[in-house]
Amino acid sequence: MGMPTVVPQQRFERETYLNKEYGIWSWLLTTDHKRIALLYLVSITFFFFIGGFFALLIRLELLTPAGDLVQADTYNKLFTQHGMVMVFFFLIPSIPATLGNFLVPMMIGAKDLAFPRINLLSWYLYIIGGAIMLHCMMTGGVDTGWTFYVPFSSNYTNTKFVEAGIAIFIAGFSSILTGLNFVVTIHRMRAPGLTWSRLPLFIWAHYATSIIQLLGTPVVAITILLVAAERVLHLGIFDPRLGGDPLLFQHLFWFYSHPAVYIMILPSMGVVTEIIACFSRKRIFGYHFVAFSSIAIAVFGFLVWAHHMFVAGISVYSALVFSFLSYAVALPSAIKVFNWTATLYKGSIQYDAPMLYAFGFLGLFTIGGLTGLFLSALGINVHVTDTYFVVAHFHYIMVGGAVMGYLGGMHFWWPKISGKLYPEGWARLAALIVFIGFNLTFFPQFVLGYMGMPRRYYDYSHMPEFQVLNVLSTAGSTVLGVGYLLPMVYFLWSMRYGKPAPDNPWNAAGLEWKTESPPPTFNFDEEPVVTWEAYNYEELDAPPQTQEVPVAR
Amino acid sequence: MPDSTVIGLQHEEEQHPELLHHFVDAEQQRNAASLGMWVFLATEIMFFGGMFCAYLVYRHWYFADFGAASKSIDATLGATNTAVLICSSLTVVVAVWAAQTSRKTLLVVMLVLTMLFGLTFLGIKGKEYKDKFDEHHVPGASFSFNNVPVPGHPGEFANPRHAQIFFSLYFMMTGVHALHMIIGLGIFAWLLHAAWKDRFTPEYHTPVEIGGLYWHFVDIIWIYLFPLLYLIDRH
Repeated sequence: MGMPTVVPQQRFERETYLNKEYGIWSWLLTTDHKRIALLYLVSITFFFFIGGFFALLIRLELLTPAGDLVQADTYNKLFTQHGMVMVFFFLIPSIPATLGNFLVPMMIGAKDLAFPRINLLSWYLYIIGGAIMLHCMMTGGVDTGWTFYVPFSSNYTNTKFVEAGIAIFIAGFSSILTGLNFVVTIHRMRAPGLTWSRLPLFIWAHYATSIIQLLGTPVVAITILLVAAERVLHLGIFDPRLGGDPLLFQHLFWFYSHPAVYIMILPSMGVVTEIIACFSRKRIFGYHFVAFSSIAIAVFGFLVWAHHMFVAGISVYSALVFSFLSYAVALPSAIKVFNWTATLYKGSIQYDAPMLYAFGFLGLFTIGGLTGLFLSALGINVHVTDTYFVVAHFHYIMVGGAVMGYLGGMHFWWPKISGKLYPEGWARLAALIVFIGFNLTFFPQFVLGYMGMPRRYYDYSHMPEFQVLNVLSTAGSTVLGVGYLLPMVYFLWSMRYGKPAPDNPWNAAGLEWKTESPPPTFNFDEEPVVTWEAYNYEELDAPPQTQEVPVAR
Repeated sequence: MPDSTVIGLQHEEEQHPELLHHFVDAEQQRNAASLGMWVFLATEIMFFGGMFCAYLVYRHWYFADFGAASKSIDATLGATNTAVLICSSLTVVVAVWAAQTSRKTLLVVMLVLTMLFGLTFLGIKGKEYKDKFDEHHVPGASFSFNNVPVPGHPGEFANPRHAQIFFSLYFMMTGVHALHMIIGLGIFAWLLHAAWKDRFTPEYHTPVEIGGLYWHFVDIIWIYLFPLLYLIDRH
């Protein structure tokens, strides 16, 4: 899309949420959802690069078959902390707490979230949890794996599990409060005329995400509490020597941690829906199906947890049921993919950077989703359990899907957030580098896993034939690292040197584009009234024929 | 907005000191706060749900041992506490009504009574915990539950390890519940302060309402804990 070059002059004097107040306290004590979104953006970026650093060390260790870079214990801590940081301190808050926080009130025409002070509290909880996690990592870390299975975590590990558990427990409440705020805001704060079927699908996706955050997170919170109590007081609830049941832990843990995957991917789907509609200049195909498929994913997501436990000793009958239900998740996911594709069909497609990320999402999510079906099948699941096949599968969903959507959304809304345009050429290059780097990193892992390389091994010298694929993967991870650094550099650059952004650089539909860039503190100068359907791109692009006066021939 | 009467109405409502800037009117604010509390209580159900789930699994596995262990808790104290909490729910309801109808004295008295009931509950709970401590029924190194007969099975004794799981769940569940009571007391202390300062009016009494909702929820959790922990083997 050609960027409009004419910029109205009066914007340079205008008061926005960014220049209304200055000083550290105007940020640390703000209740403005847009400023809190930026606080979150800075914090999760910090944790993203910590988690990424651990990932690079893991990949470097696996460059050679021998365990020569780090020791076995260190390696255990590396993959544990990589997982804990990335899951609980980056992926879970990523889109909801940044883009969601910024956009949910704007998209529904509200001045703020329903509970602005609780919103700020949620950021502080995140920071407290994050600080405890940082302290834990700097004073030894944890080696249980991010899944902290009992009885290893409760009875045997001599690393700081309790401290990490407290960190995750606190961060969990931050996630609950964000979800609570979204649900209430979406129910109660919509602008006049903005009915449920006129809501952007980004909002539907965040609504479904919030339901999972609300109903899932408390369960993992109480699970952490029980494991910590078990570890400190030796209660016996999860200890088989005392009559307890370790499988109960796995049930409780995955009851949250499987739906947690949908906390990560659903907001990304919402972002991609917005981008695809805008850059193919069409109303999204099958609006209601896409909306309800988000809810369906949230509901089904709660019914499939035991597919993580097929080899853990659950009964064959329950394994069959969970296998069947896991296949069922493919239905709403496929509905989304097919509807996106149908939206693209005969659209006037523009290849701007956000759209490149959306295309990347489509491909990678499809691969991740289809390999998910392999894992739902009992036989194949037993074959590839705890191999790199699983690692590759969930990285295709959580990195290929969730992070691609996150980056696409950051590019799409960056002009609105910062009021500046990012350099389009660099952005397209970065999207390409991320896509290539990602596939180079993780596709070989599918093959490795299928050949039998187990996950969480730091030494594979008994199987040197795995090295070629591991070298490819490590090479890819460095490319991917460059791809992730680039946007951070040019986003920061654009804040100072970027061209001022027009209010609606993409000529996009949606309320957030009908106010200034960057928006004023209360988002809209007048309370908006919605009289149009979502994604009315045909109307936006229609030539102004109604103005013509009919002439008699 | 061209309609001047609408602007006038909105302007009038914005005069209310308790209306926060980002709400259109007081009704929206009230609805949001109330829905927020209901949603929060849904998360609380899931939070307790994890422990109820663990309880059900082990009750099913160690049926008789749980019966024996349950019998060692003082059901009279438990029943007294149940009565205390039900009374406190009544005082909460009266407090909400008093706030709605601007009866300040009644509101203050009811809030104080509720807190007194809450403290009574915690006191009795503390007595129970002390008894368990004296009897060595607290899970851990000094736990002992030897030679306790299984009800209805003469000559059989409860497995101490399985009984320890019962007591673990007993302390976790009642402990988390008691923590919620303490938080509730904090909320009610704040409500009392605000009521004393005349903040609540028939137009604005949402905090009393949603604080009351929270209190009722904590009571209801107890209504489920009481039979599961105290009554499973009383005949």
